Amino acid sequence: MAAVQGGMADAKDDVDIKTEPQSDGFANSNANDTRVLSASPGATATAAGGPKPAGGAPEDQQTLLAVLQFLAKNKLTESAEILRREAGLPEDALDPKGSDPSGPGGAAGGADAEGGDGTSLLSRVTIPPSAAAPAPVKAAGDDQPDVSVVLSAYSQQGDPLLYKVYYRDLKKFIETVLDCHRAELSQVFYPLFVHMYLELVYNNHESEAKAFFEKFSGDQECYYEEDLRILSSLSKKEHMRGNETLLDFRTSKFVLRISRDSYQLLKRHLQERQNNQIWNIIQEHLYIDIFDGMPRSKSQIDAMSGSLAGEAKREANKAKVYYGLLKEPEIELPLDDEDEEAENEEGKPKKKKPKKDSMGSKSKKQDPNAPAQTRIPLPELKDSDKLDKIMYMKEATKKIRLGPDNLPSICFYSFLNAYQGLTAVDFTDDSSLVAGGFADSTVRVWSVTPKKLRKVKSAADLNLIDKESDDVLERIMDEKTASESKILYGHSGPVYGISFSPDRNYLLSSSEDGTVRLWSLQTFTCLVGYKGHNYPVWDTQFSPYGYYFVSGGHDRVARLWATDHYQPLRIFAGHLADVTCTRFHPNSNYVVTGSSDRTIRLWDVLTGNCVRIFTGHKGPIHALAFSPNGKFLASGATDGRVLLWDIGHGLMIGELKGHTDTVFSLRFSRDGEILASGSMDNTVRLWDATKAFDDLETDDFTAATGHIHLQDNSQELLLGTYMTKSSPVIHLHFTRRNLLLSAGGYNP
Amino acid sequence: MAEERRQKQCSVVLPTESMKAMAESVGVGQLQEESCVALSEEVSYRIKEIAQDALKFMHHGKRRKLTTSDIDNALKLKNVEPLYGFQSQEFIPFRFASGGGRELHFYEEKEVDLSDIINTPLPRVPLDVSLKAHWLSIEGVQPSIPENPPPATKEQQKTESTEPLKVVKPGQEEDGTIQGKGQGAAAPDGKGKEKGLIRLKPRSTHELSVEQQLYYKEITEACVGSCEAKRAEALQSIATDPGLYQMLPRFSTFISEGVRVNVVQNNLALLIYLMRMVKALMDNPTLYLEKYLHELIPAVVTCIVSKQLCLRPDVDNHWALRDFAARLMAQSCKTFSTTTNNIQSRITKTFTKSWLDEKTQWTTRYGCIAGLAELGPDVIKTLILPRLTVEGARIKAVMEGPVVSNIDKIGAEHVQSLLLKHCASVIAKIRAQPDIVEQYRTDYGYLGPMLCSHVIKARTQAALQAQQVNRTTLTITQPRPTLSVSQSGLSGSGGPRTPSIIKVPSSLTLMSPRPGTPSQPSPPATKYIVMGTSAGAASTQQVITLSSSQSASPVTSTVPSATSTLQPLVKLESGSAPGLTASRPMQKYIVVSLPSSASSSLETKSSVLPTSISSTPLDAGMKLERSESPGASTQSPH
Repeated sequence: MAAVQGGMADAKDDVDIKTEPQSDGFANSNANDTRVLSASPGATATAAGGPKPAGGAPEDQQTLLAVLQFLAKNKLTESAEILRREAGLPEDALDPKGSDPSGPGGAAGGADAEGGDGTSLLSRVTIPPSAAAPAPVKAAGDDQPDVSVVLSAYSQQGDPLLYKVYYRDLKKFIETVLDCHRAELSQVFYPLFVHMYLELVYNNHESEAKAFFEKFSGDQECYYEEDLRILSSLSKKEHMRGNETLLDFRTSKFVLRISRDSYQLLKRHLQERQNNQIWNIIQEHLYIDIFDGMPRSKSQIDAMSGSLAGEAKREANKAKVYYGLLKEPEIELPLDDEDEEAENEEGKPKKKKPKKDSMGSKSKKQDPNAPAQTRIPLPELKDSDKLDKIMYMKEATKKIRLGPDNLPSICFYSFLNAYQGLTAVDFTDDSSLVAGGFADSTVRVWSVTPKKLRKVKSAADLNLIDKESDDVLERIMDEKTASESKILYGHSGPVYGISFSPDRNYLLSSSEDGTVRLWSLQTFTCLVGYKGHNYPVWDTQFSPYGYYFVSGGHDRVARLWATDHYQPLRIFAGHLADVTCTRFHPNSNYVVTGSSDRTIRLWDVLTGNCVRIFTGHKGPIHALAFSPNGKFLASGATDGRVLLWDIGHGLMIGELKGHTDTVFSLRFSRDGEILASGSMDNTVRLWDATKAFDDLETDDFTAATGHIHLQDNSQELLLGTYMTKSSPVIHLHFTRRNLLLSAGGYNP
Repeated sequence: MAEERRQKQCSVVLPTESMKAMAESVGVGQLQEESCVALSEEVSYRIKEIAQDALKFMHHGKRRKLTTSDIDNALKLKNVEPLYGFQSQEFIPFRFASGGGRELHFYEEKEVDLSDIINTPLPRVPLDVSLKAHWLSIEGVQPSIPENPPPATKEQQKTESTEPLKVVKPGQEEDGTIQGKGQGAAAPDGKGKEKGLIRLKPRSTHELSVEQQLYYKEITEACVGSCEAKRAEALQSIATDPGLYQMLPRFSTFISEGVRVNVVQNNLALLIYLMRMVKALMDNPTLYLEKYLHELIPAVVTCIVSKQLCLRPDVDNHWALRDFAARLMAQSCKTFSTTTNNIQSRITKTFTKSWLDEKTQWTTRYGCIAGLAELGPDVIKTLILPRLTVEGARIKAVMEGPVVSNIDKIGAEHVQSLLLKHCASVIAKIRAQPDIVEQYRTDYGYLGPMLCSHVIKARTQAALQAQQVNRTTLTITQPRPTLSVSQSGLSGSGGPRTPSIIKVPSSLTLMSPRPGTPSQPSPPATKYIVMGTSAGAASTQQVITLSSSQSASPVTSTVPSATSTLQPLVKLESGSAPGLTASRPMQKYIVVSLPSSASSSLETKSSVLPTSISSTPLDAGMKLERSESPGASTQSPH
């Protein structure tokens, strides 16, 4: 209906992507990844040509193989053949023995090209045959074939009693190496610890496993405590089957970055000691990203570690990201001439000029970092959009320039009597409407301007109006329904995410019931329920240009949708735990997702590939925000820290410490000078973003290696802290004039 | 430390006995020990798993508290049917009992009397969600409005006033305080501390913004003006507003100067108003008054012991002012007296000294005794009782001797009744029965016989009251409210169903100091049953002020706690000091707080109950005013 007619571009009509309804989103993800919008058919071939550099990643291969095995088992030879060809796997991919070497081959090749380390390549290829052999047998009785494949990697075993000795030996060794290597080598402890523990558990050495855990769990870094707690509860082989967190640990190799010198040291030690147990684990379950140069310091390592699967590989962040903004469409401003003239008479002729200039300069020159205008098909501007743009520009002239000496005023919207039930808030861009999602499954919309919310008249009544009249838009509204707020009923579970469309005609809400719903703000009814996530959907957001939206949920994938398609256009799979928040890049070409696996991933909307992985948070990520120029990203997590990222270089560039609880909301001011953060600790904090980004030294070395020295300057960057009265701040929004709106429920 | 904790985490497993018990409850008789172990491990693991998932829901629900619905959702994730019916946040259905070597958890099923349910007034309809905007910050400065938390907490004010000046290097003096961009005077030290700069004592505390000056003017005018409604509002504001601390020096000067001037002019009304201001200031939980006691205490003491407080001492009731001020004094002794400032002992000394003086006027004498008596039964016992004989002789001289002056006679009468009032209950406690008049006469002289009768009265009163307490307890378990004094919303639901055991003082008026504004949701009805058992006719007119000044913060007061909600009653025999109990043998008030039956999570705790009941003959009639503090209003941040 309205949604379908709404923001739809003609070019999109023929887009129809079928996704086989498979129960296991995890398994089908890769197939979907390679699908592309038909608008760019050329890309399909290239993208499908294999997962490219990233495709070499062993976990992808492994998943593919699992799918292939599944297909073969079910006699779907044709599909298997097609998939095999698509994925570019060799003929013998289905042969369990041949499968594993073919997977890591690509990855090792990559490492080889950089490091030229022959041994590391070799070590990865030599895998005990016992690891893969029992896989097909196990798969027979299991509905998750890849799971048992992965778990069976543990079937090889040494003497359970020696595990402690091994670990202690290694610990002793690492404690005695030179200081400069110690920090780097200490990274090995955690993954080794986990894998050894799991190996013990898998082989039913329960008491040994417990003893091992008790002895060494205290040594691990404090930021792994959460995972260790999960680990500790797991003490039986049967438990491993259903546990997703641990499964992730298996399916993905833990990535470590170690300098060549340190790695050689470690290798020599292990070979001298004939410590095969540990060596095997390192080979099988760890991915050691070797770099040339100075070993990193403890603080450098700590800044980047903390995620569920170690740091990001360097090549994962090498892809080019077009972070520039799209050219603004030329809009003539004849409409507001009268107003402007009126202002000119009042003696404000200057206002118009600089604005014109700034707009002009932006539109004249194409940003070299910007994607092509048509890279992603965007909906055409409607007349109403143009009017809105003009309104925006008018408002922008009245914008306050913010800075450390000119802090924004903050208006706080308290949701009273919400009884701890407020779960999500969003403001429209022009700050005229507020929507709240509640735990009681309702969505409520308020008008914060004197203009009341009205419904469109019923069809019968609409027939009666004079369609030719000038104020037909006014006449279609039903005056009797005018009220300050409206309630939208439809969800059957708490509403966790909410987002207005840029044109204010629609509202998206995502809920625990697994659906994303599109609501019309004209009729205040639900238009579409997008089903796809079968599990709670944690977040959703509209693209800045409308039409597209992204959602992410407990099923660990983020999905890209178009409002007129009931199935997703893209599935972004790769996170190892829940996708907790999703945001669109200002140019709509990228989507960023934060997850409970404590990583942030940036996805290319066009190809569906993951182009950036940011690690460094020590807790689930709950807030993300792009800077208005599209260059930077801010992220907040349950650890209370806000991290700043340079998207182009793929680097962490800042850490803002101050909050004492989960950061739920982040927002840059309209010009990007101020970053506001809102948290569960009942504070709004303002940070000097200009300074944070200016102090940046991105010389070639740091850019190349990704090793940065973060200064601890949070206190200098903190411009203000504002306590609320027992109200967690869950949303922030800068109005077009740079007034900061914040919202939260009052929980006395 | 951490290691120990983790070890614990590792080994936490449900006891196998629980497995057995559960198996029994579903009819499986003999469960083998191994099965129990296996089961308990499996169950523990699954429970932990579910708890972890539930945490996820809590985080996304933007809460700090795990609720039953989170568990439900976590179960749903695992495709397990959630447990229905565990909606209430505080509801724990089991009761625990042990005995005979068995431990039992059982459902408590009470018999419900339908008529009770039908007759209880309907609970308040839960309020709908609403949106309210306020300024959290204006160009970097947080305005001090009730919607915002107090700019400087009490602790901060305390450290500020007690911390000695930091040693400052010469030349650096100037820039220490002024920085803190935009934070203004509101929190001048917050920034400095964070930045690790040398902190100076802020000097600019006396600079008030224009709004604050206006506010100050309005408040002071209303406090001493003629409009009683305005005054009530102003006092309410002083007692609750969180942002007053910058104006505190002004207020204290205002009060002390005001007292000085009005004592000379014998303006009783104004003195009363000023004392009420002191009371309001003391009631404000966000103020740290210690710094200003040197101004406030002399003012209060003046109002207790001054020779003359009014133009016509024979007619005007200045005794009430003395009583009220004495109570204030006692309160400040209780709150502020420390081993370093020794307020209580210094005050006691002052009172005793002037009391012992032969030439002291009756008025001052009255004030001294009242001041001492309010300090508690111990003070009465050690300081007043030994002097009863001497005092009795003095009174006798006035009463029975040649008529000196009417004023002296009135004074002596008042002192006599005051002594009787305060001493009787103390004596009742320390003296064993029987009460023999002759004995009393020898012990206490002239006042002996009267004391004796008062003591007897006090004893019967106590016995009667003990009975009544029992009875009220019964009433509580099956709530049958007599007279529910409720908040503004439920105006005067005077009980038509008044059981005969409880006598309601006839001249009881209800006054809600703040008319409920529509935007401000009033709290769920907390009901107070006020029962007066006047054994003897009350000699003075009484004002009972029930003020909930103790509700420290909105958070604590409304956090529902299972223990407090059903706490049957709070018995208040006058103020919180036991000494006060003794002072008024005539009147006992039992204030009972009934949890409003339906609003499950939001019962106002019994702790918001009045801390002080003051009886002061001020105005005619009996007033019961319950000032609404932020703690009492449930869902509004002001």
